Amino acid sequence: MSGLLVLAQIVPRNRAGHQTCVQRNGFCPRWIVDNIGNYKEPFLRHVELTVLAVAFGFAIAFALALVAHRRRWLVGPITAVTGILYTLPSLAVFFLLQPITGRGVTTALIALTAYTLLILFRNVTLGLDNVPAEIKDAARGQGFSDRQLLWRVELPLALPEIIAGLRIAATTTVGLATLAFLAGAGGLGEPLFDGGEGINFQSNVVVAGGLCVLLAIALDLLLLGVQRAASPWQRARG
Amino acid sequence: MKTAATLEFRHVRKEYDGAPAPAITDLSFAVGAGEICVLVGPSGSGKTTAMRLANRMLEPTSGDILLDGRSVMARKPADLRREIGYAIQQIGLFPHQTVAGNIGTVPRLLHWDRRRIEDRVFELLDLIGLPAEMARRYPAQLSGGQRQRVGVARALAADPPLLLMDEPFGAIDPINRERLQNEFLRLQARLRKTVVFVTHDIDEAIKMGDRIAILKEGGRLAQYAPPAELLMEPADRFVEDFVGADRALKRLALQRVRDIDLWKAATVRVGEPVEQARAKLAAADLDIMLLVDDAARPVGWLSETALQGERVRAELRSSAEPVVELDDILRDALADLLMAETQYGPVVDGSGAVAGVLSIEALSHALTTEPDDLPSPTELIPGEDAAG
Ligand SMILES: Nc1ncnc2c1ncn2[C@@H]1O[C@H](COP(=O)(O)OP(=O)(O)OP(=O)(O)O)[C@@H](O)[C@H]1O
Ligand SMILES: [Mg+2]
Repeated sequence: MSGLLVLAQIVPRNRAGHQTCVQRNGFCPRWIVDNIGNYKEPFLRHVELTVLAVAFGFAIAFALALVAHRRRWLVGPITAVTGILYTLPSLAVFFLLQPITGRGVTTALIALTAYTLLILFRNVTLGLDNVPAEIKDAARGQGFSDRQLLWRVELPLALPEIIAGLRIAATTTVGLATLAFLAGAGGLGEPLFDGGEGINFQSNVVVAGGLCVLLAIALDLLLLGVQRAASPWQRARG
Repeated sequence: MKTAATLEFRHVRKEYDGAPAPAITDLSFAVGAGEICVLVGPSGSGKTTAMRLANRMLEPTSGDILLDGRSVMARKPADLRREIGYAIQQIGLFPHQTVAGNIGTVPRLLHWDRRRIEDRVFELLDLIGLPAEMARRYPAQLSGGQRQRVGVARALAADPPLLLMDEPFGAIDPINRERLQNEFLRLQARLRKTVVFVTHDIDEAIKMGDRIAILKEGGRLAQYAPPAELLMEPADRFVEDFVGADRALKRLALQRVRDIDLWKAATVRVGEPVEQARAKLAAADLDIMLLVDDAARPVGWLSETALQGERVRAELRSSAEPVVELDDILRDALADLLMAETQYGPVVDGSGAVAGVLSIEALSHALTTEPDDLPSPTELIPGEDAAG
């Protein structure tokens, strides 16, 4: 999140508060209680941006990984392209996209989705590659078709890696989505940098930042729960 | 579907892409229905390749393979494989499925209904001697030997007429391997499947095979014969070396005491007229009398003083030990004699009654003559009844 703090210094808008605690720029529980309602909408938007970006990203990366699973030579090129998307600064993407998609959720979603592709593609591919050869051999020898092998053996066995990818993608997207407001898409970045009492106001940072952290943890635990529920065999060692 | 199919290789050749020489050059042999055919040979001789050609895990470069007289090339690979049991050394159990899920693999592919699959799973667990509670375990919760058994059960699930096994017990410690081999032979005595069994261990081949195909480099068939023939008449130097210098001893593992000509014993009872006893001795193959009880069970070897009166007295020179059984394998019987430091021992039948005498001499005679009718491996499982 250090990148966010650097950015925050570029856009400080410190408006004077009306309470002493606020004037002192302290940590003000009363202010938080009074203003918490203002965070609801940015928070929900933040959830929406994160969930949709990861969902779209997963759909695309998953499809790409399945294609590359059959045609191995595609792994290199796909990794290269998604790698470039991963390194492009989101801000640059926002500005590049603005002439085409304008300001708003679409622009932000495209940038955030593009960012998740590398992680998700790599983890799905890795998961499929890690399925032991003798298990695939046994499955084929038993009479599984390629498709049955994929859906009944390879993907279930790749699930832990796939979900590990989703967890990384989800938590990083929560952080990155704080910049979505720059594309006019709102989210917790708005109160964090731009709204309320500004970045230099501690109580605001605590609430907006805290909500980000909570969201990241919640999504992470949710995915972990899914993984546990979907692969009971993983706990059955010993 | 029949319970056992015939399998025939006809001039099969297999070249791997980029390999300098064919893995299989020109292989022809036939396996009868219900037989265990063991493919044995040094590493790289093409055993695995040959086996995998049978269920089209590999495609032959030329030649044909017939399953029950029908070319496997005319079949859809996936359909063909569902009809052929497949067990490999690495087992390849599905770690994400329970034991029941693993065993039910092929029945599910064949769309059996749930009830039938479930019944079959428990039937197989019973067959391989695993408790029914194991059905819910995952492979990671089993021992190596248990996993191997589940692998065999999975291969048998849809009652395939042909079973392919590639070094199925190769990764198991010697004690458990022997146990698994015996279990499998007992199973086979009931199921009578056609089995292609790959191993590089000649002792395992001799133990498991009705017929053994010895392969040398390039998948060339050095000899294809029943184990005893292989040991008696190795076709060439290669086979001779491969079966080992101790091949005469190995034959001991292929025969039971009942399979050889035993010596006739003079069995006498206490109180029997000495004259009668002496007459028996004249007709016997050894010059010492064996005292037996009323049920004809051996008591011991009589001393000369026992014959000094009118009637036979209970004076023993030595005990009857070691007593061997008609069903003992010659190797074990010989071991008994050697351990007791004696040249001969009484042989008893199932009821414990004396059936003759086994001597080192009789044994060595048996080893140098051609046996006329040798038992199949399923009849040679130690311990339990072959009928299982
Ligand atoms: N996929 C492959 N590509 C190229 N060559 C192969 C391939 N598989 C096997 N071979 C070659 O074919 C020959 C026979 O191999 P195969 O695996 O059938 O031997 P094997 O008798 O089963 O040996 P082992 O006892 O070591 O298992 C070897 O020379 C091997 O190197
Ligand atoms: Mg092999």
